[in-house]
Amino acid sequence: MTALIELDHISRTFETPAGVITAVDSVSLALGQGEAMCLVGESGCGKTTTGRLLTGLLRPSGGRLLYEGKDVWLTKGADLARFRRAVQLVHQDPYASLNPTRTVFQTLSAPLFRHKKASSGKQALSAVNELLTRVDLSPPENFIAKYPHQLSGGQRQRVAIARALTVDPKVIVADEAVSMVDVSIRVSLLNLLLALAKEFSVTIVLITHDLAVARYFASRGRIGVMYLGRMVELADTEALVTDPAHPYSAALIAAIPEADPDITRSKTRVELRSAEIPSLLSLPPGCTFHPRCPLAEAGLCDVLVPELLPIPGAREVACHVAVRERTSERAVVTA
Amino acid sequence: MPVLSVRDLSIDYITRRGPVHAVRDVSFELEKSETLAIIGESGSGKTTLAVGLIRLSPRGAKVTGGQILYTKNGLTTDVRTLDDDDLREYRWAEAAMVFQAALNSFNPVITIWEQFNDTARAHGMKDRHKVRDRADELLDLVHLDAKRVLPAFPHELSGGMKQRVLIALALMLEPQLIILDEPTTALDILTQRSIIDLLRQLREKLGFSMIFISHDLSIAAELADRMITMYAGRVVEEANVDDMFYRPRHPYSVGLLRAVPRVSGVLGSVASIPGSPPDLMRLPIGCSYAPRCPYAIDACRAADPPLVPVDTPRHEAACIRWKHVAEVLGSNAEVPVTEKLA
Amino acid sequence: MSAGVLSRPTMGQRLLGPWSATVGFLRLLSKRPVGLIGFIGIVFFLLLAFVAPMFVPFQNDPSLVDIYQTPSQAHPLGTDFQGKDVLNQIVFGGRDILTVAILAALLSTVIAITFGSIAATVGGKVDSTILAITDVVLTLPKLILLIAVAAIVRPTSFVFLAVILGLIQWSSLLRQIRAQVLSLKERDYVEAARSLDLGLMHIVFREILPTMRSYIAIHFIFAMTDAMYAQIFIVFLGLVPVSGSNWGIMLYFAQGQGALFFRDSIWYILSPILAITLVQLSLVSFASALEDIFNPRLRGSA
Repeated sequence: MTALIELDHISRTFETPAGVITAVDSVSLALGQGEAMCLVGESGCGKTTTGRLLTGLLRPSGGRLLYEGKDVWLTKGADLARFRRAVQLVHQDPYASLNPTRTVFQTLSAPLFRHKKASSGKQALSAVNELLTRVDLSPPENFIAKYPHQLSGGQRQRVAIARALTVDPKVIVADEAVSMVDVSIRVSLLNLLLALAKEFSVTIVLITHDLAVARYFASRGRIGVMYLGRMVELADTEALVTDPAHPYSAALIAAIPEADPDITRSKTRVELRSAEIPSLLSLPPGCTFHPRCPLAEAGLCDVLVPELLPIPGAREVACHVAVRERTSERAVVTA
Repeated sequence: MPVLSVRDLSIDYITRRGPVHAVRDVSFELEKSETLAIIGESGSGKTTLAVGLIRLSPRGAKVTGGQILYTKNGLTTDVRTLDDDDLREYRWAEAAMVFQAALNSFNPVITIWEQFNDTARAHGMKDRHKVRDRADELLDLVHLDAKRVLPAFPHELSGGMKQRVLIALALMLEPQLIILDEPTTALDILTQRSIIDLLRQLREKLGFSMIFISHDLSIAAELADRMITMYAGRVVEEANVDDMFYRPRHPYSVGLLRAVPRVSGVLGSVASIPGSPPDLMRLPIGCSYAPRCPYAIDACRAADPPLVPVDTPRHEAACIRWKHVAEVLGSNAEVPVTEKLA
Repeated sequence: MSAGVLSRPTMGQRLLGPWSATVGFLRLLSKRPVGLIGFIGIVFFLLLAFVAPMFVPFQNDPSLVDIYQTPSQAHPLGTDFQGKDVLNQIVFGGRDILTVAILAALLSTVIAITFGSIAATVGGKVDSTILAITDVVLTLPKLILLIAVAAIVRPTSFVFLAVILGLIQWSSLLRQIRAQVLSLKERDYVEAARSLDLGLMHIVFREILPTMRSYIAIHFIFAMTDAMYAQIFIVFLGLVPVSGSNWGIMLYFAQGQGALFFRDSIWYILSPILAITLVQLSLVSFASALEDIFNPRLRGSA
């Protein structure tokens, strides 16, 4: 499957008064058309920065962003404009994602007029009505003339999604798009995104820190786990959740509290060697997870940075120990 | 004798357009060393209720009825009737609140040590050495390094560390009751885990009663003994934690449980609750949940259903169709809602 | 049905449709008494200064018999040192002052918005250059500069004076506009506009500046009051040829002719002061309501 959009060893550093921070370190990810995947990780792992790199809103410090096989930062003019419209971002905060002084109609019609998808008020009106219906804001007449403060958080997110759809994007990056929305309606927003992926072949990358949401959203797709700027595991969702290969993924899954007393009170936690998260200004040598990792091997993990390597089961993991154990297991089985 | 007994508490917000009935006739009891989870979403009234319990409500809020009965050593007082001096003593020495660390609960221009000192002084502890000793002791309890944390400013600490400091501050005067507002929201998974484990540990060691409010069902599953779900200002269901998760009787509780996906186990059928919470200034006649309820009938829209006992002990639900809900969920007693409704 | 009913208000909002927007505006204003009073005051003085002179004959003949008359039916505000009617002078005296004030405020606001937005959105060397120029102008003492320029150039036409005042005033507003735009630039909805490729013009004029409407309007109003004071000031100092009559010139003569010392002449000196003060008060009162009106969220709650 040729990738629609691809990150090729992409990196991004930031200069701060305290030093240089490597927010994203050599991340590679290839996404096909209509794929629904999740990027998960805790704060500081670089998932938001990766999302911004994907949308081209942030320039990489190293590596390449490829869209339809071409390096985006080397394209110019019409090609670049095409890319810009092809990849859209949906923000986290429904209270900041819409301009408070513009009505829903004004917000949605601006890109339609700009990109000549509507040339009269009447055309714009019918296009906006259609968009609103597509994001389940029905009947659209109830929403067209409203200002953002008159809508609920979930409704605002739907308008933000509709706005992204005005330019017929091929990729939507949803950065924690459901985190600030009421629990009882999160799933309907996720279902909306999934429907868009299926019906219109839009590739959707959902960035979240909530593994349960990730599991639901990417249940037929993949999850990428990030830690301190690196991708540490990339696997099909069910495989990741039932049999995590990277010790960090295992620790996360074991640590999540679940909405089920029996399960959650009897879960065995993975004990990490340290609760301290290293500062991005002074990352540990070798594998950045090694000071906390229960499987860390001195002389290997604290010296050599593990690459994201394929292991049996169509998955990738960046862990010396996991790669070694799993490839030798497979070797034993096939022997 | 329960430590806290709330009876028919009602709190309104006075706005220019009229009163907003944020909390309506809420009643519950909390025993010694018991943990109660108050679960609700935006507009449910849970935060108003929590700050109302220690009378920290903002200016526009007014308690319009009910009692908050606090009992210690056999003596019961109505918190609503306390005068300013007694109230200050009640707050922090008897009932302390742990705010949400993510929401600017610290004064950003003073160090953590000054924060401790200020709190201590406000409650009569004037000896700096004693305060320092106590601060060391408390930070140790919450697994923080006092030498590193005390001279720091709030922005220098991570979210998890800030939450621990807030917990330490609350424990300063050894209160009987701790109220926590969204203790794990906006925290990373591993940090959430450490805070939950910490609370469990502290509870075992110090024996306080705990009330926490949250929209997150999983923290209730972890820590709560009893649970209350709130909707549009009212308590719609009250039960012990197992009954609430495996044998819910109010359609909102059922809907809420069904809306939360899980990581372990079978995925089950997950679905959102259609519609949105009602406008608290224009509540519908009858049950406020009826517009979104899949089991609503005409009788539901006639009058607001009272809390009635259902088929398991110490379990009440404000629904006239609870028996129907019980039937729909079937008899599979220990299986979660998402699988029962799959 | 929907196309007809809905496209009218929305198109009206887009084009600031004249009738419905005005009616809406007045309705909002009526709920804020201070602002309403200010608005009425502004309208009154605008009418007085610009419309009344068309209906009232200009009385320019000195009448030595009537020097410093106290207020009477013939002369409601008394007469001046030349026996001319004070009220008449007040009626005719506002036009120049207000015109210059409005033009100066307009000029400085336009300069500040244009270059402040450009500096903030484009960034880089353009930003540094604009900032450097602004900072230099900012550090120049305004009144001294005004005196120096007025003394050298000797503005005869009031438009010229407006231009000078406008050119002196823009620096602090520019810095503030730049700061606001810089912060608004990072808002999610602006980022979305960039990602949707809506263009710089749209982003500045439709996404960023509309959220600064009250800010800009309030600064415009204060720029007007500054300009009014500046005019009085330079007239008082005699830096501008004293011909014709406006409120500033009235003050100049009143002070020069010792009107302060006679009880009978007190209205001659008080009238322009009151006129200026009341205009200022009306402007500020009106400005206080603008913040509320321009914020869609506060519009709904009366």
